[in-house]
Amino acid sequence: MDEERRQSNSDARTREHTEDRASESPEARSREEADDRSAEPSGGDDELLQELVAYLRENRTKLREEWAQRISDAELLQVMSDEEIFSEATEVYDNYMDALETGSIENLQTYARELSERIIPRGVETDEVLGIVLLLRDALARSLFARYQEDLGLLNRILDSYEPAANRIAVTVGVSFVEERERVIHEQQEAIRELSTPVLQLRDRLLILPIIGVLDTSRARQLTEQLLGAIRDNRATVVVIDITGVATIDRTVANHLVQTVEASRLMGASTILTGLSPDIAQTLVDLGVDLSMMKTVADLQGGLEEAERLAGYRAAAASDTET
Amino acid sequence: MSVAILRQGDVLIASIQSDLSDTEVIELRQQLAELVGSYRLRGIVIDVGALDVIDSFVTRALRAIVLTARLRGAETIIVGIAPEVAIAMVQFRLNLDPLRVALDLDEALAMLDRRNQRGAEDGG
Repeated sequence: MDEERRQSNSDARTREHTEDRASESPEARSREEADDRSAEPSGGDDELLQELVAYLRENRTKLREEWAQRISDAELLQVMSDEEIFSEATEVYDNYMDALETGSIENLQTYARELSERIIPRGVETDEVLGIVLLLRDALARSLFARYQEDLGLLNRILDSYEPAANRIAVTVGVSFVEERERVIHEQQEAIRELSTPVLQLRDRLLILPIIGVLDTSRARQLTEQLLGAIRDNRATVVVIDITGVATIDRTVANHLVQTVEASRLMGASTILTGLSPDIAQTLVDLGVDLSMMKTVADLQGGLEEAERLAGYRAAAASDTET
Repeated sequence: MSVAILRQGDVLIASIQSDLSDTEVIELRQQLAELVGSYRLRGIVIDVGALDVIDSFVTRALRAIVLTARLRGAETIIVGIAPEVAIAMVQFRLNLDPLRVALDLDEALAMLDRRNQRGAEDGG
């Protein structure tokens, strides 16, 4: 059946082709003459491009079907139904024509980004997107070959103007897709980063910052920024940093913790560090990190009690004289 | 000069409005040292919230103000250090030892009050 369709397609193309030839022959002839003189006017390329866009527009339905057929033959976009492929193909085709005609890729870029937004969550891969755009390029090139095969000079010039434009479009679509992907990845990284260092308000003006997992330099830096922002926003006076969930610590990170504590002090908050494991405590001592500035308490419970005392919370009535 | 100086009771509030030149920093230091005596001040609050950068020169001047005021009987509290500025100051390893800091003006005044009460009890 495919065979038949292609057969009829190519028949139709030949018919149209001959008709076109007949109607355009004076123009074509004058072009050939221009070619003979070999001085190609710079406006010629544009005209050619317009002509070829007009031709491709005329044959929109047929070429689009052919393209959709090629897509399913190549087993691309299998997550999408045939109708979806066809409707997207229509849009891509029209945008493709616009981009070819105007040479401006902005609309196409926007469309490609929207398309990527739609299809990335459905699991469409980069190779598929590039594949379908290249298929369209090839399908159109084929139709150009078929149309201009009798005039090699003209075909060459048509292809000269078609190919760079088509390649630019393919690159644009590919890049838009990849950019969209990267944007999604970036957003997710951001979300993970935000989640990995929550600054929690325990009581009025008392924050806790539980750290779990690996504390590397970039995370330590980000932690500092988040903590200082939270101190300002919550007008915190006491912060408890709990590192029970941190397995190891190196000198850089230890120094960074010291700096965090110092910076918090400059913001008017005192910091209590809790949950230093025996290993970490020994490492810090061996490394010679100066922790004299730090107030450390063995566990989170003790840290919170100390913090509440510092922040002025008291479990029972007590005289104000001892502070 | 881009420092607003207000007196409230026996506390002086010096609010720095824009980045200071080195000369202005020295002037400020001079002025505060004089005012401590003439107003019989108990405390000075310096608001540095408008500063984008606190470099080693400003830090040294602040330390000098703190130490000078202390010798003349007043406690100095710095308020309004922005998070980015705090990080930078720590990373420059500026010597911040004598500086007392509070988040904002309210906090600083409360600190001075507490210290005053304690001072009354301790006798100094």
